[in-house]
Amino acid sequence: MSIALLIEQLLNGLQLGVMLFLMAAGLTLIFGVMGLINLAHGSLYMVGAFACALTATATGSFWIGLMASLAAAAAAGAVVEIAVIRRLYERDHLDQVLATFALILIFSEGARWLFGSFPLYLDIPPLLQGAVPLPGGGQYQLYRLAIIGVGILVAAGLYFLISRTRLGMRIRAGESDREMIAALGVDISTLYTVVFALGAALAGLAGAMVGALQSVQVGMGEPVLILAFVVIVIGGIGSIKGALFGAVLVGVVDTMGRFVLPQALMLMLPPSQAALVGGALASMLIYIVMALILAFRPSGLFAVQS
Amino acid sequence: MRQAVTREAIANTSLALILLAVPFAAVAMAEPFYVTLATRIAVLALAAVGLNIALGLGGLVSFGHAAFFGLGGYAAGILATHAFNAGPLFLGIPATTSMPLIWLVAIAVCGLIALPIGAISLRTSGVYFIMITLAFAQMIYYFAISWPAYGGEDGFSIYVRNSFPGLNTAQPLPFFLICYGLLLLALALFRSLRGSRFGAVLQAARQNATRLAAVGIPPFRIRLAAFVISAMVTGLAGALFADLNRFASPSMISWHMSGELLVLVILGGKGRLFGPLAGTMLYVLLEYALGGITERWQFFLGLILLGVVLFARGGLMGLFAGKERHG
Repeated sequence: MSIALLIEQLLNGLQLGVMLFLMAAGLTLIFGVMGLINLAHGSLYMVGAFACALTATATGSFWIGLMASLAAAAAAGAVVEIAVIRRLYERDHLDQVLATFALILIFSEGARWLFGSFPLYLDIPPLLQGAVPLPGGGQYQLYRLAIIGVGILVAAGLYFLISRTRLGMRIRAGESDREMIAALGVDISTLYTVVFALGAALAGLAGAMVGALQSVQVGMGEPVLILAFVVIVIGGIGSIKGALFGAVLVGVVDTMGRFVLPQALMLMLPPSQAALVGGALASMLIYIVMALILAFRPSGLFAVQS
Repeated sequence: MRQAVTREAIANTSLALILLAVPFAAVAMAEPFYVTLATRIAVLALAAVGLNIALGLGGLVSFGHAAFFGLGGYAAGILATHAFNAGPLFLGIPATTSMPLIWLVAIAVCGLIALPIGAISLRTSGVYFIMITLAFAQMIYYFAISWPAYGGEDGFSIYVRNSFPGLNTAQPLPFFLICYGLLLLALALFRSLRGSRFGAVLQAARQNATRLAAVGIPPFRIRLAAFVISAMVTGLAGALFADLNRFASPSMISWHMSGELLVLVILGGKGRLFGPLAGTMLYVLLEYALGGITERWQFFLGLILLGVVLFARGGLMGLFAGKERHG
């Protein structure tokens, strides 16, 4: 196990974490402000990826595709919020789970209808092709580093937006007392649509960026959705700081688990069994971590006072 | 407490009779496929009745009940496969193809696993409970996927349907009757639980846990018992489901299955005795009817489901039998 390999895996974990943060930030904002569980967040991720792949193929530019993914996901988010989600704020979580589960069916089958079951492919833009040398030898994909960079920028941007701008002030006010800010004359339903569209745009951005690493296909949002839920639950639902911490934790633990566990078990078991047991344990690892954290901190690590 | 014949009783009896009549009519018309369809309804409804104990009575939104459904399926499949290969299970314990024994094993396994899962999950509430039950189901899902001895990701087949003393289970009709009988038993269990002291306390815990605690009854143990019983019933359904399809696979444990189970209960009306059966009948029929018309049936199923959640809040039983009476 060389140092370069270890650094590479750590960076992979960080990249996964950053991508999860983009998803989780939207989810946790939507929960924090509107009290809504949105299972259809993975569908917005898929919308972003499809918009990017289709636009990039049509125009030949990844960057225009990236803009398109933001716009398409935000628009889809706003439409869904106005048509459906708005009716769910006053309902219990069960109704929200079911209605957004229904939205997943509609989005997935709709996308299959429009674009077929075959995956689309999205190329890494020329500017970000190539690799960067790592300390200790070895190379790392420039594009993955760029994703990490974008994630850090988004985290900083969100921090600025929420703590320094008027919109952020309203979002924070909406989190702590929605009746009061409505009474103060803030148009709360527009605020909710904006927050939902913002969360959707972040999910779309994540989908577009990951689309260049994997293929763009129906159902791509679901594994990410579950991981993003793990993230926000670990971090404490409603807390963006918690989402950031949880995302990096989940990304690194998942990636390092898959890398380290089979090798560690090889010290005790024959290699074929070690790979098997290690693989099984690694894919269960983040759920084990989540269950442990919730067993001791039932409202997550950075619980928000409600 | 004697009850007059209510609209709900009429609706319940009709649903039960329709489900019973369909397979006999199908056999008379030599259409065995419809027997299988009715069996599928009975088995899924049984799983949903299980979930309804936790969800409807206890208000515990478990997004991980597919775990128990799958565990039951794997228990049936593993026992049957070892018996088919004439090998003992492990540690020399003999395998079996006898359904009653398999059911007992499935129920016991689900109970034993639901106990720690429930004990940890019930420390949380609200969204956290939804998500932690999902997390446990995902653990079991990934465990099943990476377990090559039993098919890994692909699942594994049960070559011959397990046996039941005195009945030929390879025939669709006797197997339907077994599943139907178990469904009725589970409904009777649900009914007696709901009417019992235990049920009253459980529903009180759903409505106001603080007040219940103030009266001197800690809600935790009651909820845990409900969660475990609920898991055991759903596990039994899983064992039957594996026997129905002669196949057990990780897809039984996937989060989609957990979502579907929730859908079955809500579609019919949560907390209602026959809600799960009504929901399952509608769901399976929609699946079948829409699947016959269009390849895109999931799209329309989604739309219908959305319509029910948004506009028909009491589910089907709410439409058939009016609002639930709290009395």
